[in-house]
Amino acid sequence: MRWLTWTVWTPLAGALLLALLHRSWHTAIRWWALVVSLATFGLSVGILASFDKSEAGFQLVERHSWIRSFGASYKLGVDGISLFLVLLTTFLVPICVLASWNVSKNPKLFMGFLLALETAVLGVFLSLDLLLFMVFWDAALVPMYFLIGTWGHERRVYAAVKFFLFTLLGGVLMLAGILVLWAQVRGRIGVGTFDLEVIERVPLPLGMQRWLFLAFFAAFAIKVPLFPLHTWLPDAHTEAPTAGSVILAAVLLKMGTYGFLRYSLPLFPEAAREAAPWIAALALVGITYGAIVAAIQRDLKRLVAYSSVAHLGFVVLGIFAFTVIGMQGATLQMINHGLSTGGLFLLVGMLYERRHTRRISDFGGIASVAPVYAGLFLIVALSSLGLPGLNGFVGEFLVLVGAFVVNRTWAIVAATGVLLAAVYLLWAYQRVFHGPIVIEANRQVRDVSARERLVLAPIVAAIVLLGVWPRPLLERMEPSLARVADRVARGSSFSLSNPHSRVVVPIEQAGPDGGGGR
Amino acid sequence: MVSVAGILAHAVSPGAVENAWLIPAFPLAGAVLLLFFGRRIGRAAGPIATLLMASAFGMGLVTFFQVIGRPAAERGFVETLYRWIPAGGFTVTADYRIDPLSLVMVLVVTGVGTAIHLYSVGYMKGDPREPRYFAFLNLFAFSMLTLVLANNFLVLYLGWELVGLCSYLLIGFWFERPAAATAAKKAFIVNRVGDVSFAIGILLIFANFGTLDFGRVFGSAATVLSAGTATAIALLLFGGAAGKSAQFPLYVWLPDAMEGPTPVSALIHAATMVTAGVYVVARTGAIFALSATALDVVAWIGVLTALLAALIAFVQDDIKRVLAYSTISQLGLMFVGVGVGLPAAGIFHLVTHAFFKALLFLGAGSVMHALAGRADMTKMGGLFRKIPWTAVTMIVGWLAIIGFPGTAGFFSKDQILEGAYRSGNNPVWILGLLVTVCTGFYMSRLVFLTFFGKSRLDPGVHPHESPPEMVFPLVALALAAALGGLFGLSAESGRIQRFLAPVVVQESGSLEALPESAPLLSVGEGRAGWGASAPHRTVLSPLALTGMATGAGLLGVLAAGLMYLGRFDWLRRRERPSLAWRAARNKFGVDDLYGFLFAGVGRLAASALAYAVDLRFVDGIVNGVGTVTARLAAAGRRVQTGFVRSYAAVLLAGGVVVLGALLLIEERLR
Repeated sequence: MRWLTWTVWTPLAGALLLALLHRSWHTAIRWWALVVSLATFGLSVGILASFDKSEAGFQLVERHSWIRSFGASYKLGVDGISLFLVLLTTFLVPICVLASWNVSKNPKLFMGFLLALETAVLGVFLSLDLLLFMVFWDAALVPMYFLIGTWGHERRVYAAVKFFLFTLLGGVLMLAGILVLWAQVRGRIGVGTFDLEVIERVPLPLGMQRWLFLAFFAAFAIKVPLFPLHTWLPDAHTEAPTAGSVILAAVLLKMGTYGFLRYSLPLFPEAAREAAPWIAALALVGITYGAIVAAIQRDLKRLVAYSSVAHLGFVVLGIFAFTVIGMQGATLQMINHGLSTGGLFLLVGMLYERRHTRRISDFGGIASVAPVYAGLFLIVALSSLGLPGLNGFVGEFLVLVGAFVVNRTWAIVAATGVLLAAVYLLWAYQRVFHGPIVIEANRQVRDVSARERLVLAPIVAAIVLLGVWPRPLLERMEPSLARVADRVARGSSFSLSNPHSRVVVPIEQAGPDGGGGR
Repeated sequence: MVSVAGILAHAVSPGAVENAWLIPAFPLAGAVLLLFFGRRIGRAAGPIATLLMASAFGMGLVTFFQVIGRPAAERGFVETLYRWIPAGGFTVTADYRIDPLSLVMVLVVTGVGTAIHLYSVGYMKGDPREPRYFAFLNLFAFSMLTLVLANNFLVLYLGWELVGLCSYLLIGFWFERPAAATAAKKAFIVNRVGDVSFAIGILLIFANFGTLDFGRVFGSAATVLSAGTATAIALLLFGGAAGKSAQFPLYVWLPDAMEGPTPVSALIHAATMVTAGVYVVARTGAIFALSATALDVVAWIGVLTALLAALIAFVQDDIKRVLAYSTISQLGLMFVGVGVGLPAAGIFHLVTHAFFKALLFLGAGSVMHALAGRADMTKMGGLFRKIPWTAVTMIVGWLAIIGFPGTAGFFSKDQILEGAYRSGNNPVWILGLLVTVCTGFYMSRLVFLTFFGKSRLDPGVHPHESPPEMVFPLVALALAAALGGLFGLSAESGRIQRFLAPVVVQESGSLEALPESAPLLSVGEGRAGWGASAPHRTVLSPLALTGMATGAGLLGVLAAGLMYLGRFDWLRRRERPSLAWRAARNKFGVDDLYGFLFAGVGRLAASALAYAVDLRFVDGIVNGVGTVTARLAAAGRRVQTGFVRSYAAVLLAGGVVVLGALLLIEERLR
């Protein structure tokens, strides 16, 4: 079975079939979206089941020629880096559907965009062809733009346009980079191709690597976002509807860090090594700056948004430490951040539905009226601040270890981020949940409903499970990440001196039924 | 290197001690049960939690007798549960270590813990969130047991952070009170400052050893670490210990932690969690032994904290706050013990302190229970007749803490002071004696103001003795405080000391086994690093030293007696407070300083960053392309009205541009 193709396209097919339902059939629309997203999750579990954990390279590869004259192909494959990002995506979309159960403004279009977004994101994680990747990358922009711009809060249009422009700018630079890369490859091996596995093996001179690294870096750094390119994020996060914030934080940001691991490091290893100290510095600024700025926010959603800047700083630091441990921590932290920050956005969304405000000072004493909600919020917040026993700790610890063996100062600065996370989260928690109820409206706040329990339970369960049992993930990530680390350590220069490198690279233009699974 | 340490580290024979994992599993089961079904279980929560705690205690005793029946060198076991974190070629396993040191801690935690659980059944009666209270208490027991049973630094850190969480949850148990919520947050954050230091220490250990496993780290510490690295690791770990065990400069959270229910103060903030720092220094003795500097720092911080806290305790009126500062002070003494090279004495004082301080806190809780929650000692007095059980048991605790001959505290404190003298560190020894005088004073002040003299009760307060489930633990702990000294009569031959010796005094063996050239420890004359059980200075006889220590305590009692039992009108004296009194009352300004730095400067800087830098500058640059953005926003408003088709057209156009560019490039390359 072609697990990857099925997984990628099922949501879009489901979205298109939504068109058959009348826009007023709200219940049918919701249930259909839920069924489609659950089916997609089931398919992605199929990927996990057929995944060989000892294999470092791509698995379940499918390949069809697409635009033969440019060497563009429809090529999908999964490895230890993308596997859990795919699962995270398919895991969260049904939760988002369930969390958006009460969207009343054109739910048909809302669910349609959500499912289309899922296809685009899955395509980004699974593409092994740069042009295909680019198409999915830009395609992800569209539904997100509409989700923010149509279903967002007060300043939604400003936020949507800002998000759109930032990402588009990065995307354009990356597109230019991809085209130049294509030309470079063509110049070196005689055939133009977008096939990642082929391009990977074509050594590039350092000067060219630098330019291309920068072009890709622009797109990824904006997406992550790295300081100082982060300013679109608080606005987009804050203005987006709950499901939009969740997908944005949990999955879309990871497109950037995933891009580093999948493209920047393997394709431009020498340039990456040169840039590493600078990028690590930006990551460290992000960790501390994001945390400090988060601490002072008055809007709960903005606080969570800035905490993302800090958390993603950890991920980037782990990646650019170039150690297997650091990268494992970073990749795990991508999943962890998706769960904890996604969870926090869901929780804030629930509070907003009850009180129609996100200002921290409008709350206080919520724990006395909604104890279960308060408890769940605390668990997710503790996961976010890296409490051992929950998932966030494992990732942060591995990143710190990976960074420490490379540069002690990096790790020490990053470790203070762990302290700052406790400051902003617990301070906010106290102001929202503790103390007496002084604002009358807070007395009416209901505790979580059955549907909301269903939304939060899987996330909290995953948070605890990955904290005590991270092994299934770490084991599957390790071979692929070791390959990337090895690639960075050895660089591409070894093959530059090899006169045979031109012929070593096999270019096969597979037929329409070429490729296929293992 | 053949040493007892080596043997202990490697001669772990799994299977000989079985099912020790049950010790922490009992309270964990209780916590899970009560968290999920607490509401349905209701009033039965307390008895269930207590029963599970008692089971853990029973299992601890079983394990203890299994271990004690074996030869001294074969008392270490590791129980591996599973591989927790395998990454990048190294693995952290989740495993438990059973050896004399962890067993002593297990018995204290579960024994005192059971008494306090039982007491809580009476104390928390009628609280609407009772099941949750016992869930947290059980969760704490699990976390603390994980901390002391850990066999590697990461599991230790797990327990370390989880006890911090439970402390947070229980200090803030009555979170409706802003003071309680603030105290909880403060405790967690101040502890995290120490934890960052602790975590960096762990990273440094990993970088040097490539493992976090206790056996392998301690077994090879002497050969792997340079003196500088050993000092760095030891001080970083001590940074964490200073947070958890409330030592200068991180002690400020503990007095505030008294906002929690009193049994919590007894269990977490007196008997167990706050002693984790002392435990860690004793546990990592193999590393501390390599650095005379680090040991000196430990002893000095310990004695100075002890003195500072004792002075603040002089002027506290809240009965629990006196005990809180007293705890800080006594923890300081424990650090003096480990710092002058007598870890077993430090641990022994940890044990006796657990008995008498838990007793004193529970007694204070009983007093407050009798007075409907009032804790102000200026409004007590003459309670001896009204609540005799509480009074008598608390007096036993008082005798123990001031080191009255024969009580538990007498032996343990004496051994620490004698050790300080013998180590040749005169200033620490003399300051230690001064602390003993202070302890005698402020503890006597507490007892006299509470139980003796004229009654100063508010009108309408009718004290009553606590129910049996509260009195029974008091009696049990009073017996332990009175007789606990029998376990460790002397630093050389006491039972506990000999039991602990293979684990904590190992390092004297490994030190001797080192080659002469090793630049590890400058053993100055009369100064040994660690585990120096042989006396180094014998000008004063043991009897004279004991006499001085006991006399110091009694001197303090005498002074307090003159002041608070005689004719002296101390309440009127307050109308003209001395400068020293006011300084102590203001906690010597330390809390204010932190408040200024954190809430003042820190908050201002954060605001500046958030609003001036982020919004104006960084985002300003973005919006500096401003008008463009604004115009596009207007355009966006048009797009957003639902013309998906127009967007699709844009996308299509984009695609055309891409293809065009491709063709162009291909053209050029041809």
